[in-house]
Parts: sequence; C-alpha cells; structure tokens
Amino acid sequence: MSPKPRVFIVDDHGLFRSGVRSELGDDVEVVGEADDVAPAIARISESAPDVVLLDVHLPGGGGQAVVTALKPEHPEVRFLALSASDAPEDVIAVIRAGARGYVTKTISGAELVDAVHRVAAGDAVFSPRLAGFVLDAFATGSGPQRPALDPELDQLTMREREVLRLIARGYTYKEIARELYISVKTVETHVSSVLRKLQLSTRHQLARWANERRLA
Amino acid sequence: MAEPTGWRPPREATRTAGGGSAAPPDGSRDPDRAPWHSRRHGPGRWARGPGGPLRRAREDRLVGGVAAAVAARIGRDVTTVRIILVVAAVLSGGFVAAAYVVAWMLIPLAGTQGSIAGKAMADRRGVAAVAGFWSVLIVVRVLASVFHAGGLGSLLWPLAVAGAGVILIWRNAPADEQAMIRHQVRPLLGLTTGSRRTGLVIRLTVAAILLAGGVAALQHAHENIALLQPLAGVALLISAIFVLLGPWWLRIARDLVVERQARVRAEERADIAARVHDSVLQTLALIQRRADQPQQVVALARAQERELRSWLFDGRPPGTIDEAAMTLAGGVRLIQQEVEAQHGVAVEVVMVGDCPLDDGLAALLAAAREATVNAAKWSGASVVSIFAEVEPAEVSVFVRDRGQGFDPGAVPADRKGLAESVRARMARRGGAAMIRSAPGEGTEVSLTMPRAVTEPSQA
Repeated sequence: MSPKPRVFIVDDHGLFRSGVRSELGDDVEVVGEADDVAPAIARISESAPDVVLLDVHLPGGGGQAVVTALKPEHPEVRFLALSASDAPEDVIAVIRAGARGYVTKTISGAELVDAVHRVAAGDAVFSPRLAGFVLDAFATGSGPQRPALDPELDQLTMREREVLRLIARGYTYKEIARELYISVKTVETHVSSVLRKLQLSTRHQLARWANERRLA
Repeated sequence: MAEPTGWRPPREATRTAGGGSAAPPDGSRDPDRAPWHSRRHGPGRWARGPGGPLRRAREDRLVGGVAAAVAARIGRDVTTVRIILVVAAVLSGGFVAAAYVVAWMLIPLAGTQGSIAGKAMADRRGVAAVAGFWSVLIVVRVLASVFHAGGLGSLLWPLAVAGAGVILIWRNAPADEQAMIRHQVRPLLGLTTGSRRTGLVIRLTVAAILLAGGVAALQHAHENIALLQPLAGVALLISAIFVLLGPWWLRIARDLVVERQARVRAEERADIAARVHDSVLQTLALIQRRADQPQQVVALARAQERELRSWLFDGRPPGTIDEAAMTLAGGVRLIQQEVEAQHGVAVEVVMVGDCPLDDGLAALLAAAREATVNAAKWSGASVVSIFAEVEPAEVSVFVRDRGQGFDPGAVPADRKGLAESVRARMARRGGAAMIRSAPGEGTEVSLTMPRAVTEPSQA
C-alpha cells in the first residue's frame, strides 16, 4: 500500500468529523477540517491534501461548489464524496463536478480507509448506491430513445454494465474480478471508465434524468 | 360592535355553568353536552329546532348560512326563509342583501365563539382594502353622474355596505369557514381544473350579459352625439383620478398579496412542524427511552431515516405506503421496512428503474421477501443488501448477505423454506431463482422474472 495519504475532511457536523477522524485511525494523516464551502476552499488550497472527504450537503452551496472552485488550480487534489442524505441528482452533480467517488456515511471504518487509499491511488470508488444511480441514469430501457451524440461517451459497454451491476449487488472488486474472470486491475479500469463517461457525457438523457428526479 | 354580544347567549358559558343537568332550550341534549367537535355532526339537528342560540350553519348553507340560522331561530323551513330573503332583497333595492352580509359578519359560525366582525375590527389591512373599495365606488359614482347614468345611485349604498362586508368576511372568517367559502366560489372563478367547464359557462354568461348591456347603452347614446364632446374632458378626469388614487390602490392590492403569501408560508411551516413532530421528534423520544437496547435504537433510527428520506426526496408524506406498494420499488421498500422492523437487521436497497406490479412481479416480490427474511434470520449478518433492476424484458432482484452461508447441496429435503417458497413460486410464473452459497461466504439469491408487457413508453 502507498504511503499514508494526507486527508482533509469537509462536513458541517463536528461530531461526524471527529467520528471520521477516529475511524480513519493511523492509516491516514488528517491534515485539516472545515465545516463549510468558503473555509474549505481556503484551507484545502493551503494544506494541499491528497484526498478530500467531502460532504455532499453543505450550508454554503454544497460539496459541488468546493470541487468546482478547487479543480482548476489544484487538479492533483482528489475528492471522495460522502453523504447521508443522497438525492441521486445531488450525488451525480458532485461526481460530474469532478469527485472520484461516492460512499454513504454508513460505511464501516475499514471500508472508508480502503476507499481513501483507492482514491489516493487515482482509482474511482463506487458504492452500491452510486452504481445504482449510474445504471439508472444510463438506462437504455427508460423513456423514448434518443440517438447518442457521442456513442463512446453516452453509452456504457456491456462489460461496464456488468461491473456496475455487481457493485450494486454488494460485491467487492475482488469478488467481481473472480466472478467475471478478469483481474482486479481490469475491474478498476472499467469503473474509472464509467466515472469518465459520467463526468464528460453530454448525453441528453443524463440531464433529463436528473430533472425528472428533481421533479418527481 | 359590542352590541351583538349582548343579544347572543354565550353558548360556551351556559354549558360550563349549567353543567350536565341544564337541558338546552332546543331539546337536543346530546350534541350540546357532547364535546365540541361532535357538534359538527349535528348542525342539521339543532338548526331545525325552534329557539336556541343564533348560529350560522356549517353544512346547510348556500352563501353564509344566515338563512339557516334565522330558520332555526324562528322554527321555519330554511327554503321558505331563503325565498323570502331573495324576494325582499330584490324589492328593497339591495338593502336586504346588504343586511344579509352584515348579519353574516355578526352571527358567529356554529361551534365557534365570536363573530367575524369582532376580528375585522382589528384587521387594519382589511379596513384599508374597504377604504380602497369605497374610493373606487365613489369614482364610479362620479363617472356615472358625468354620463347621466342614474341607475347606480340607488344601488350605491347597499353595494358599499355589502362589498365592504364581503371583503372583511373573506379576510377574517375562521380558517375552516374560509375553506368552505373557497369551495363555494370555486365554480365562479373557474380557475381550478376540476370545474373548468362550469366556470367557463358562467364566465361566458356574465360576459354576454355585460356585452349586451354595453351595446344597449351605446345605441342609446348614439341618438345624442353631443355626448361625445365632453369625452376628452371625461378622459382627463379619469386619468386625473387614476394618477391621484392609482398608486394607493396598487399598494393596497400589493399589501394584500404579500400578506396572503406570508400566511401561506406560515401554514406551510406549521405543516412541516406538525410532520416533523409526528415523525422525527416522536422517534427521538422513543430512542431516548430505549437507549439501553441498541438493536431497537438502530431499527428505530433506520425506519425514521427511511421515512424522512422518502418524504424529502420522493415527496411522499410520512405514513403513506399503500400507494407505493403498487410499484416494484414501493414493494421492495415495504420488504425493507418489514424486515428491518421485525428482525433488527439493516437492509440496504439499491433500485434501478421502477414499474407497476403484475402477477408475475408480485410473485417475484414475495420470493424476494422470503429470501430477505431468511437472510435476516439465519445468516447472522448485520446487513442484507437488495439490488433490484427493471429492464425492458425482465426484472431481476438479488438478495445478498455476508453471513455464515451454507452448502446448498446439504439442505435436507424436508426444509422447504427456500426450495418451495422461492424456487417453485418463481417457476410457476415463468421466472427463475438461483441460490449461491458456500459456508463462510454468505448467500446470494438471484431472482429473475420476465415482464408480461413492455412499458408503454417504449412504443
């Protein structure tokens, strides 16, 4: 495993921040905390962490605002979204802004440490719930079909779909690799590719899906 | 305005002072002695008995319920009183109609204390609106006299009184009566979708009458072309009045709108507060009392979280699940709730797509429920995950736990749980079930069911 990642925690609940701190333990180095968008932006620019644990919902504009503000000047900082209340469109918005993954706050300490290491190494981290959201957003079966503007970006391959389904079913990367007879590295490649599509796709349906969710 | 309270026997006071022994004058003992809310069910009863306190009826009303109140007081049929009132209103040139509105303000609604007039006294915005209304009337009167249209003159006073009364009633009636009034005037406004046709007919009729009146007036004026000469003067006069009073009228109107919005916001707040109290605060209280039973606390917290989430993100008010059960996602959510509540195991649900239930999908849900309960009971895992996906051709559900697992080949034939409930149930409807498990690796039940019809949106 790589050297200790330097982690920054952004969450508006002090109790939750200290909880995460103690759960992360000695496997990572926590370099700072912030409770809102503005202080987070200032302190993250100063401390230059490897990974930012970012609450999706913040009083001053949401996690999305933090990612958007920092991404241009600090492309090396990686964001992992963390949320208790996960309206799909909010989660997708943070991912599209540039976060490398999303986990729910009910995640265990060990899993969180694992996710931080994975994000620090440049991989994407999908929780079952995010996998579900993505499958939903890229679903081929719902609504009238529109021709994809960019087939490479606007559709998931069969393999990516399979990987996402297994993640949604609660499989670990290792289990997925065994199930599909591929290496863990290949699983990671597929997940990263899905993340890229999620961030770059201009697919109409993705936007419309988010709108429908909001209206529903 | 203190006068009406004199001739109105204070109902609440007689009740408490007289206790149970004093028989009410109208002879209807039960509704009078019963708690206040039950009186709502019996207005028709005491409204027909002679005598009794003067109260406007709740249900038996065409406009304000005044006729019913008078009928109850003098012991006559409501319809007779109504006919007399209408005839009198026409004959008196509108003065009886104005008196009706005043009575509406002065006679309290059945089951309430205090009249609308009492509240209206303190309503400064309402008084301002009345002043605005009167100023409009005066302007119209002045214009009418300019045009030598005399008809309005006799109607002016009843109109002024009745209009002012209606404005104050509209603003100061008790909340439940306001709802009744809104219900009554809905067809007149024709704004709501439900009664659009009726509203249209009424609007067209009114427009036709006005049009006919206008055309008749114009033809009448045609004989006297000289009337056109002072037209420029009249136009100047009108614009002068609007320049003088226009801003004031506008401000009154805007104030009323702002106030209405504030009231709507306050109502929303109260609604949210009530919901949060019924759900979140109750649960927090329960959690405090059961702090020594971690399993129950977790179950309570999860149930509350689910309810709150479905309210915030799906717009489903707490406590409504019946409708949700008509779709696959609703059914899966029900399984989640049931298992979490009954077995104290967390159930994580990931749902992709949704569709209405049919027989096959109901069987699929039943099988999924069985598998989830099994996992919660026997696996020893603290979390069971359900993944359900709706595809154009089929629906699949996966129930997975990371518990102790078992050797599927070693299950004795007489243990029918999984085999019968899950496999056979699926097979009967054309679906399939697969169970994967190994000791120490947990269990996953995969269920697939072909869809009977493709979604209409596919077409």
